[in-house]
Amino acid sequence: MSAQATRTQTPPSAEEAAHLLRACAGEGLAVRIAGAGTKPWGGPGVDCAVQLRTTALDAIVEHNRGDFTAVVQPGASLRELQDAFASADQMLALDPPLGEGDAATIGGAVATADCGPLRHRYGAARDLVLGITVALPDGTLARAGGKVIKNVAGYDLPKLFTGAFGTLGVICELAVRLHPRPPAQATATGTTDDLGTLQRAAIALASSSLEAQALDVRWQAPTGAVLARFAGVAAHEQALAAERLLAGLGVEAATAEDDEALWAAQRAAQRSLDGGAVVRVSGRPTGLADACVAAQIAGATLVGRAALGVWWIALPAAAPGELVTAVARLRNVLAPAPCVVLDAPASVRAHLDPWDHPHDAGLVLMRRVKERFDPLATCNPGIFVGGI
Amino acid sequence: MSLPVTNIPPTVPPALDHALLERLRAICGREHVLTEPIQLRTYESDGLLQYRVTPGAVVLPGSAVEVRDVVRACSDAGVPWVARGAGSGLSGGALPVREGVLIAVTRMRRVLEVDIGNGRIVVEPGVTNTEVGLAVGPTHFYPPDPSSQIVCSIGGNVAENSGGAHCFKYGFTTNYVTGLEVVLADGEVVTLGGHELDVPGYDLLGAFVGSEGTLGICTKIWLRVVPVPETIETMVAFFDTTGEAGETVSEIVSGGVVPGAIEMMDNLTIQAAEQAVGAGFPTDAGAALIVELDGSQLECEARFDDVVAICERNGATGIRIAADAAERALIWRTRKAAFAAMGRLAPNYYVQDGVIPRTKLPEVLARISALSDEYGLRVANVFHAGDGNLHPLVLYDGEAQAEHAEELAGRIVEACVDAGGSITGEHGVGVDKKRYMPRMFEEPDLAAFQHLRCAFDPRGLANPGKLMPTPRLCGEVPGPYRRHPLERDGIAERF
Repeated sequence: MSAQATRTQTPPSAEEAAHLLRACAGEGLAVRIAGAGTKPWGGPGVDCAVQLRTTALDAIVEHNRGDFTAVVQPGASLRELQDAFASADQMLALDPPLGEGDAATIGGAVATADCGPLRHRYGAARDLVLGITVALPDGTLARAGGKVIKNVAGYDLPKLFTGAFGTLGVICELAVRLHPRPPAQATATGTTDDLGTLQRAAIALASSSLEAQALDVRWQAPTGAVLARFAGVAAHEQALAAERLLAGLGVEAATAEDDEALWAAQRAAQRSLDGGAVVRVSGRPTGLADACVAAQIAGATLVGRAALGVWWIALPAAAPGELVTAVARLRNVLAPAPCVVLDAPASVRAHLDPWDHPHDAGLVLMRRVKERFDPLATCNPGIFVGGI
Repeated sequence: MSLPVTNIPPTVPPALDHALLERLRAICGREHVLTEPIQLRTYESDGLLQYRVTPGAVVLPGSAVEVRDVVRACSDAGVPWVARGAGSGLSGGALPVREGVLIAVTRMRRVLEVDIGNGRIVVEPGVTNTEVGLAVGPTHFYPPDPSSQIVCSIGGNVAENSGGAHCFKYGFTTNYVTGLEVVLADGEVVTLGGHELDVPGYDLLGAFVGSEGTLGICTKIWLRVVPVPETIETMVAFFDTTGEAGETVSEIVSGGVVPGAIEMMDNLTIQAAEQAVGAGFPTDAGAALIVELDGSQLECEARFDDVVAICERNGATGIRIAADAAERALIWRTRKAAFAAMGRLAPNYYVQDGVIPRTKLPEVLARISALSDEYGLRVANVFHAGDGNLHPLVLYDGEAQAEHAEELAGRIVEACVDAGGSITGEHGVGVDKKRYMPRMFEEPDLAAFQHLRCAFDPRGLANPGKLMPTPRLCGEVPGPYRRHPLERDGIAERF
């Protein structure tokens, strides 16, 4: 991040967060909003005089065990939340990489719409957030959604704020849906060095009636794998059925019960913390082989959600100019699939638009939304699509 | 002391003039612009017959371009319009606006693309929910399944964020729409989301789904479809009381089972549905609990035994397990007939759609029972038990009791909100529930809703008078915020 923040505030309550935003708006000051700061993504933005961190807002407000819901503050770390929910044999089905020191907060994961392998079965952050309380730059606290798993009253502002990168206000509270923790898990893997076979195996599993909890792919030239994790009382038997399906497609198939490391590696490959760059591609499952070829030419690793067509291509560390060129090449080859740059050194970020969003009617509408919620561009100005 | 707010009452829309009608006829063809009173009457209500408004004209565009041109014509004339799908909605969301245009998308029924390999189908808004399922079968299915699925349109499902019996496990319409082509109220066409997931930018797609036609009209819809489960096991268990059935639901869910569907019918509902369908449900049972497990065969078999044991432990008086697809269909036909069958118990009914946290079920059912006694009106209960979405049906007889019934229904909605729930789980706010919005949301919440509305439709031409409790106009985008002198001096605060 090139912008220099000069004053860091960690409001201890939603009311104080709202008060701070209004005060800054009144003085014409821009505010950099973040959780633990593990995901410095988006454009460099403008310099902000104030940095607002949600880290002091880290409580579990409610854990309604019988209802499989929880109300939490945004600064709560995902790791701590999962530990708390696990004590009731429950989980928040949101498992993005947790960043340095496992510090990632739920507010940050929601604001960036980050995800992990569990998205295959349980949906993305947008599908798990039931309700939201946000501090707006006019100093008000607005609530939308609710804390029940089904609710269509009012506009779905929880979805609007999910993935908005803090450019509309500060998330101060989240109501989320929880799921039962499965009693057992097992993973079937299919390994191959043939891209066509990899894609066929991924689509076969994605289209099959086998109900995987997670379904991922990985391509690290010269070899790739499809990973299908099953959960439940018959997890092992389900994994064996997937293994048989994979073996029939000519891949080297195996089943593992001790599978945690496999999935940790998938999550880890969504990040690059050593000077490389990560490009998130929104593609189609049938475009997997092409994306793998593009990754291979760039010397990169690809991981992603096989049935969803969302992949992360991690470019190895290189000179800034080379990384900028590599990103441009990926975008060129994979167009029209949007390619968003997530992790990247500041020197790279300064020379490209991380968002890859066309200047179309949709962007005009997004600007109008921004103007209504944050007319003075107080909140994280400049870091979002089209310089929002 | 607070500073004055700028809520200006809405202006009366201009009458439909001849020039606008001629323009609409030129766009859609004369036969697709209805203006005769006898024709207009067909469209004066949606599925909620308590409300009636005759629109100035009904247009039936045949393509996205025609929709765009119709909306532009309305925009140019400053005339409000209402989008309508099949008109089966239950909140008055498609209630016309007097002297406005009703845009019915019933002619737009093409399936534009089926891409099973990528789990997508692309349709026009007038395609029915059932037609989507047929187009992607037999290998795949489209999970949201409102009871009206044979007639209801996908466009309407998008507007209302429709649910159904299977959403506890599978989610709602909003979890399956990946892209929309939308005509905004100024006639601009935007694509929100698309075939792919995670398109950069604000999730305006998520904000649009469930916006009840107030943010624009969709002309093309990308839907995610999923493989059919390996197996489906359906059973219905009968209990003496809804309390026992409710306890069964809690035990099943807290044990880690996520059923494909879990539905409850009380005695009155069983009586009505049994008369209509004749499935052999015991009409003296206090409650029927339909439990459906789907997914992996091994998983279902193991869990199904658990579910049966839980039912027995909680005093089930009888359990019927569907032996084949026909028996499964019969159980579901009985459940889905519940609303329509109420005519056998009373001349009229008023349905509510409140949601409660599932653990509050016994408490809220007792409250409904007490209210029923207090008002001297029977209330039949049928609900999506997994997600706590109640459909209490207040039975009444004729106009004389209508107001009384509506008041009782309102008290039930309040009980849901007091229990930490919602005024509507799947039917939408529309005109019917907007008066309850202030029970659930405070002024700053409503103001935030209005920010979104104003970004999409600053002139308020798309489905005005719905969703929000009171009419509001959009001001200009506020200029640079300055502290008011009174604020600065600590005399007044801004709310």
